Amino acid sequence: MLSRIAESLFWIGRYVERADGTARILDVHLERLNQMPSDEQHIMSRDLLAVMGNRPDNEEFDVNDLLHALAYDRSSPTSISGSLGAARENARRARETVSSALWECLNTTWYGLNQHRKDVVGTYRFCNWVLERTAMVTGLADTTVSHDEGWQFLVLGRSLERADMTARMLSTQNVMSSSMSWVNMLRCAGAYESFLRTRQAAFGDDHAAEFLLLDRLFPRSIVYALSDAESCLASLEPTYQRVGFGNDARRVVGQARTFLEFHQTDDLLSELPEHMERVQKATAQASDAISRKYFSQAEDLSWVGELS
Amino acid sequence: MSDLFEDYSMAAELTGAYDEMFAPGQIPRHAYAQIAGALEELTLTDVTARADSMARTFLDRGVTFDYAGEERPFPIDIVPRIISGEDWDIVERGVKQRVRALEAFLDDVYGNMKVVADGVIPRRLITSSAHFHREVSGFDPVAGARVMISGIDLIRDANGTFRVLEDNVRVPSGVSYVLENRRAMAKGLPEAFGQQRVRPVEEYPRRLLSALRKSAPPSVEDPTVVVLTPGVYNSAYFEHTLLAGLMGVELVEGRDLICRGNRVYMRTTAGEQRVDVIYKRIDDEFLDPLQFRSDSMLGCPGIVNAARAGGVTVTNAVGNGVADDKLVYSYVPDLIRYYLDEEPVIDNVDTYRLEDEQSREYVLAHLDELVVKPVGGSGGKGLVIGPDASKEELEALRAKVLAEPREWIAQPVLQLSTVPTMSGDKFAPRHVDLRPFAINDGDDVYVLPGGLTRVALKEGSLIVNSSQGGGSKDTWVLADGVPGPVQQGQKHVAERASGRSTDSDWQNQQAETEQQ
Repeated sequence: MLSRIAESLFWIGRYVERADGTARILDVHLERLNQMPSDEQHIMSRDLLAVMGNRPDNEEFDVNDLLHALAYDRSSPTSISGSLGAARENARRARETVSSALWECLNTTWYGLNQHRKDVVGTYRFCNWVLERTAMVTGLADTTVSHDEGWQFLVLGRSLERADMTARMLSTQNVMSSSMSWVNMLRCAGAYESFLRTRQAAFGDDHAAEFLLLDRLFPRSIVYALSDAESCLASLEPTYQRVGFGNDARRVVGQARTFLEFHQTDDLLSELPEHMERVQKATAQASDAISRKYFSQAEDLSWVGELS
Repeated sequence: MSDLFEDYSMAAELTGAYDEMFAPGQIPRHAYAQIAGALEELTLTDVTARADSMARTFLDRGVTFDYAGEERPFPIDIVPRIISGEDWDIVERGVKQRVRALEAFLDDVYGNMKVVADGVIPRRLITSSAHFHREVSGFDPVAGARVMISGIDLIRDANGTFRVLEDNVRVPSGVSYVLENRRAMAKGLPEAFGQQRVRPVEEYPRRLLSALRKSAPPSVEDPTVVVLTPGVYNSAYFEHTLLAGLMGVELVEGRDLICRGNRVYMRTTAGEQRVDVIYKRIDDEFLDPLQFRSDSMLGCPGIVNAARAGGVTVTNAVGNGVADDKLVYSYVPDLIRYYLDEEPVIDNVDTYRLEDEQSREYVLAHLDELVVKPVGGSGGKGLVIGPDASKEELEALRAKVLAEPREWIAQPVLQLSTVPTMSGDKFAPRHVDLRPFAINDGDDVYVLPGGLTRVALKEGSLIVNSSQGGGSKDTWVLADGVPGPVQQGQKHVAERASGRSTDSDWQNQQAETEQQ
């Protein structure tokens, strides 16, 4: 398939997952933020924005700015609206490849972005709406698109973004220094009930972190997401090698996953920031490697440009 | 004040009750100052929009109760009920005291009956209670907690003083609404939380689970806890699923369990699995067809024997009903003095015992001024409010009381305190009660800071039960003291990749292409 199309699909996967994760994080933390005194609110807003990979653009950064930055700012690829806009833009350029149902869903979502009140109460509804829409996109992609090479790129993007997102959810643990932070962490990932069912009575920050980091069965855990990405990469390049891996992305993702899976520690919590950084770095590197290998168009163009 | 509170204080004065939000002259009381400010900013459209969205959330989430075979949402009002730290201190101490006294009483009643020998309470009264089960006489619960889960209903009288209205130590329900209401409020009226610290309620399921685990038979290393429900048609089924979910334990029905050799097992895909602790959410009478009603399909034959043999813990203990019998209720202040050697922190509502000839005569002469309640009932069933009842109803009641005086008590009509409640297009005073929930793990009694505030949505109505047109309010207990200083930390910003295809990039590229 065309590299350009593959790249579009990869980024549809990433952006939709990003919108989904951001909506989850925002929904849960907004609830906390609202119950805080205003000076605390300011600091938390900044911290949360930092965790989401963005910097405040002014000194007086408050909750409304946070809402703008994470939900409504169309120009920013870290906001929900920005991500969904970019996903739709990608789909528009691959319309002949994606199913019409999937395209329509993304397009309708994009047109729906404006129809929400942008205050705190409206944002809760907005987040819920986004979760519904992204679930629909994912469902339609699963049921109306052939599970061929293109679909693998879509899932690959989604899995990498998901690993990155869960790492950010875990990083919110030190933003919210309150005693109940682990509940919020799990809520962000929609993992609260699943977690409670697997742990009898053993609750706490470390167990929650372990669950989101290492659980092999929960789809939003980092290990699970990385395994998904690995199997996508494997089916994209099925040739069997007796030694090593020719594919950089596969090596990076595999290393990150195995490091987590085989790592033994007594104090997961204190190592958490380290792990998070490693995971986020790995997803970024993998993403780069995938671009180089499969979508290397941009570099080629510039080289051609030099010749002429 | 905004229009929404127009005429409020006049209406509140007319009820003759204590209004919790406003002192006379419509001055907000201290605890309510902030919420009054927040509500003032809102217009009618805002309030209705939010109330609608909260109601819809409840329906979507399935926060319902079952009434006459129909799933109904339990309406939540947009104005929270707020309890200051000092007031809560009284509630907490009073509830703890009461739970400890009832615990001691039950232990005694199913043991040596010293309380009878010492003449505190007549033997006839205990043995004639419908919920006194001789079947469980003489066995000790493991952790020393018969009343592990309780809900003591409180009201505030015309002076604002807390009084105990009734005790619920069998299967008190409603805690799920406490948890759900808080979530709904946090999203529906975020600005009201603002600068004050509201004590969180989400700890409850974990407290409950740890108490349940603690009560397991001593030989068990890692106890398996289950919640036993009568099934999907029970009015509190939603609560059963919520609690089981939040504790991460199985929700079982009677048919999922089997008893063998005084042990209880549940049928699972991996064979039979031993059950160590059962949080019983069905009435005693239905628990075990071998001991109680033999036609019960809800329970599991053999459970009571297994519990007696120490093979399983059943919580709340079987036979607790004798302690929340409304006639025993009238003796609870004496029981507190007898067992704990303390004065009651929260008083009872004045109660007439109808077996006593003098009281009976007085009550029968004043039926139209009093509230008459059946002693074994719950959920407001069978209760007659004198001033509101018709002549025929009163006559029927008179006959019933004369036939079985043991079955009834009478209390003066209390003007329950009021809290502003959305009604049509403005706030109006509506009567509320309070059910705080307590968990006794055998060593300590934990009282959930909050509790269920039920509100009678009909004007002037004093009946707050959900089955009779009641709604609920989120209940906030304010934390004392100022929050500590915040640590300012510099956050590391983890940058993120973005695709080539954000809008601006595409446009640039498009432009380049055109140039070429």
